[in-house]
Amino acid sequence: MAGLTRADVEHVAYLARLGLTEAELDRLEGQLNHILDQYAKLAELDTSAIPPTAQTIELENILRDDVVTPSLAVADVLGNAPARSGDFVVVPPILGGDAS
Amino acid sequence: MSPAIAGAATPAAGTNPAAGLLDRWEPVIGIEVHCQLRTASKMFCGCSTAYDGAPPNSHVCPVCLGLPGALPVINRRAVELVLATGAAIGATTPDATRWDRKNYFYPDLPKGYQISQYDLPLAAAGSLTFETSAGPFTVRITRAHLEEDTAKLVHQPGPDGRPLSLVDFNRSGAPLMEIVTEPDIRTAEQGRRYAEELQLLLRTIGASDADMERGQMRVEANVSLRRRGTEAFGTRIEVKNMNSFRSVERAIAFEIERQAAILDEGKTLVMETRGWSDDRAETYRMRVKETSDDYRYFPEPDLPPLRVDPSWLAAIRSSLPELPAARRTRYQERLGLSAYDAGVLTADADAANLFEATLAADASLDPKPVANWVIGDYLRLRNAATGRIAVNHAELADLIKRVNAGELSRASGREVLGAHIAGGESVASIVATRGLRQISDAGALGAIVDEVIAANPSAVADVRAGKPQAIGFLVGQVMKATRGQANAGAVQAALRERLGGS
Amino acid sequence: MSAASTGTTRLFGHEMAERLRSGEVSCRGLVTDALEFAERQNHALNAWLVIDRERALADADVADRRLAEARRAGAWAIESLHPLLGLPVGLKDLVSVRGGQCTAGSRILEGYRAPYDAHITERLRGAGAVILGKTNMDEFAMGSSTEHSAYGPTSNPWDLDRVPGGSSGGSAAAVAAYHVPFGIGTDTGGSIRQPGALTGIVGLKPTYGRVSRYGIVAFASSLDQIGPLARDVRDAAALLHAVAGRDERDSTSAPIPVPDDLIRLPASDDEAGTWLEGKRFGLPKEYFVAGMEPGVEAAVRAAVGAIEAAGATVDEVSLPHTDYGLATYYIVAPAEASANLARYDGVRYGHSVRLEGGDFIADYLATRGGGFGAEVKRRIMLGTYALSAGYYDAFYLKAQKVRTLIKRDFDLVFERGFDALVAPTSPSVAFRFGARMADPVAMYLSDACTLPVNIAGLPGVSIPCGLSEGLPVGLQLIGPAWSEAPLLRAARAYEGITADAPWRGVEPAGLAAADIPATPTPAERVAAGAH
Repeated sequence: MAGLTRADVEHVAYLARLGLTEAELDRLEGQLNHILDQYAKLAELDTSAIPPTAQTIELENILRDDVVTPSLAVADVLGNAPARSGDFVVVPPILGGDAS
Repeated sequence: MSPAIAGAATPAAGTNPAAGLLDRWEPVIGIEVHCQLRTASKMFCGCSTAYDGAPPNSHVCPVCLGLPGALPVINRRAVELVLATGAAIGATTPDATRWDRKNYFYPDLPKGYQISQYDLPLAAAGSLTFETSAGPFTVRITRAHLEEDTAKLVHQPGPDGRPLSLVDFNRSGAPLMEIVTEPDIRTAEQGRRYAEELQLLLRTIGASDADMERGQMRVEANVSLRRRGTEAFGTRIEVKNMNSFRSVERAIAFEIERQAAILDEGKTLVMETRGWSDDRAETYRMRVKETSDDYRYFPEPDLPPLRVDPSWLAAIRSSLPELPAARRTRYQERLGLSAYDAGVLTADADAANLFEATLAADASLDPKPVANWVIGDYLRLRNAATGRIAVNHAELADLIKRVNAGELSRASGREVLGAHIAGGESVASIVATRGLRQISDAGALGAIVDEVIAANPSAVADVRAGKPQAIGFLVGQVMKATRGQANAGAVQAALRERLGGS
Repeated sequence: MSAASTGTTRLFGHEMAERLRSGEVSCRGLVTDALEFAERQNHALNAWLVIDRERALADADVADRRLAEARRAGAWAIESLHPLLGLPVGLKDLVSVRGGQCTAGSRILEGYRAPYDAHITERLRGAGAVILGKTNMDEFAMGSSTEHSAYGPTSNPWDLDRVPGGSSGGSAAAVAAYHVPFGIGTDTGGSIRQPGALTGIVGLKPTYGRVSRYGIVAFASSLDQIGPLARDVRDAAALLHAVAGRDERDSTSAPIPVPDDLIRLPASDDEAGTWLEGKRFGLPKEYFVAGMEPGVEAAVRAAVGAIEAAGATVDEVSLPHTDYGLATYYIVAPAEASANLARYDGVRYGHSVRLEGGDFIADYLATRGGGFGAEVKRRIMLGTYALSAGYYDAFYLKAQKVRTLIKRDFDLVFERGFDALVAPTSPSVAFRFGARMADPVAMYLSDACTLPVNIAGLPGVSIPCGLSEGLPVGLQLIGPAWSEAPLLRAARAYEGITADAPWRGVEPAGLAAADIPATPTPAERVAAGAH
């Protein structure tokens, strides 16, 4: 299968929002390609007629009734927040505009 | 990011494009609507959706906060509301559907992914038809799917004056329905009318309160232009932040003009998301899409698939109320109302309810006058009133009947309606206490008519000189003298008899 | 109590339960002994990330009061007490306990305090069990040695220079070292069974959907299961019985009844063993993989011989797609993990970097780049790549289709009427610190015999079946979905027929050294081994 270039590794790291050092990127380029070589084994199998399995458990329509249950106390919601302002959680500055 | 750059040197938005523009360019518009579903609890957890006006982060649990170890459970009601919407727009529902994870990072998205539906939406291939100034128009609806809302970001200056971004997770995980149209819309008016008709439909079936001002219904328009006679789509611009139907129409109109102006200069457009500013009456750049987003959708492993068996769908379909389109047709074809009256009544739940109840209260009533009273009088008074107003349908039926019978004049009828709304008193007692019975017998009228003739010699002269319009003035004088209780027809007759006007 | 005396710690859970009911020992006594051993030996083992002495003693006193009331009320009241009442248990540090830490072995969750209880925490508290503390693990359960913990590695009680396996290495070491009779682990590709095998104890991975995942930090949602580690099958079965069953907060938790046979396994070894007569077992030939240690294969073959000698038949069977399990697993698990770990962004909890004048994207990169360890980053990268535009079909979708084939292999074999499959749990005994850290693929191979069971969602149990080079070897029994009761009955039968085997009485060789304060810590041993 297609090997990962250094640029691919950097792109994937950005997609995953992982800030990696040059050394990490170097190491990962080698390791990921080594692991991808193992993946290549799957290409041996003809799976054109095989349905995918996302879950092994054969459940369907697990639904809950539209009933309100208690929320957490605000103190518990905010208790772990690295930065707060009143009852709000302070998020890192958003300069890039709106959500994707 | 500076709004100043965007749309500069383009004409201010009117809603009618400059002449010639539409000969060169064909607008191609698709609309995406996100609306919050009317459920008591959130999409995947039991937190209440009644967080409007509540303190920040007071309606949050491990699930909608995205804590480690929290898991989603589907709200049945939310599913049924989307199925109902699908049924109402004639969409098809796959027998097996599922949820997918849409992966992207943003501070208002606690889990780092949104649970949504990718290739198997709950409803697909529907349509919506509505009236426009150019006649009825049908928009094809690509899909309606279920997903979860994001948290609310609040931007404000911090203590050091630098911008501070805050997040309130109360909205996080609220059930959201996304409805996407095909790029069928060609004018700003069609865009506005589609949004209005969709809101009416969603409210009618109880799927959403769909209040745009309160963010329960968020409209995004994808606007592009292509040269007349060509097939290929032009560069798509996404327009958002329109918080009223009027701004939907204005924003689309502005974009059509802005894009045409740029294209006419031989320049090219970039794929971008633009916001609409009501104050500046223009759209401004929010973000440019350099690359297409890579959301890495994959099936949500925490949720088993959903099978919608025909009986479930049938039960939902059969419990749908009369839909706006069907109601308009019934009012016109069965009740003989004009298209205008049918439209006005259908668009207003209070008016429609009063209209139906009044007709039901007295089978002998002709629908047309009832519609006139509801639209011409009730709606006028309600819209003028500050708070809510109540009209008893049986009383309105009684009132209309008395006016039709000539027992009350139209003018007195209005007065009675006003009094009934003010005090809740019955029509019968208002008529009695105010002595509003119409004076029709020649005897009682005769004296007053004679007084008026005596008091207005010049008008009398005009009548005699063959100026019929002067009769109207004299009739008005008699009405005035009788506080509107005189029967206009009888007064005319009496005047002609005395003045010999033909 | 002197270090020489082992107090009540050598007792099995069911033995502790009897003595508590008779009043022979108090729960406070049991918990005091457990705390002393755990606290004294943790220096040398690093099995525990936190030991909550105060809470444990308080819970013990509550249990003692309930026991006293029951004794006053009479035999029926004693009978109706929960089997786990007053028994000490260790939880892998990815189980949410309200008010307590839940690091999942990661720096990115440092300082996080769970504001809610996991489903199994509620169940254990309801049963009156005493939670002694939280145990060490590979970061986010990604690993087979517990060397990937941000809080230092754990030593194997059998040889302090070796790993206890992973990712539930802390729970396995704590149980193997007699700190507690019960440990909770999670198993995504072998993380209960493999450390169970490498530390000489029983480890069960239940059928997917048997135990609620609510409140358990997720690694790979479609593969994760929670299960027991214990020193004998009866204890493992009792712990499973206590935590299993439908929970409406986990949509994948199955509404399938939990059989009470689990708490009625025979006490007598002879009675247990007779069950094997006429039973049919399959021996999947693909599980004797290249590179399997001869000593391990010998022990497993000997175990097969013993089972046959007890009147069961063992036929060789084939699971032809076994070889594709590793690649399938290392696509599906990282893909799901890449999304499950996206929530660790430093906004609401945990490690958070806020750069001066930085945009949130820069802060995210710094927070996640610095908060996750090397193995977790590696898997997030793999999973993100496998799901990214243009590769989904070739990797993720392909793996899901092969997953179907692997599951079918098992279905076809079980349709032939086998009661269970017997196989090795791990191709090797416990390995030395650092032996597999350099080569991820070598580390991944540790799970070659266990991860197909997760891919198919089946139950699997590892039980001790002998020693190789003085280190424990695990025998894996694999059953059809929801067959935990018969599967554990079979495991109990094997215990019965090997009750007098010479290797049964052997104690972990590292325990004496673990008692000595001067003994180096696992981290020091790793450092020493590195030179």
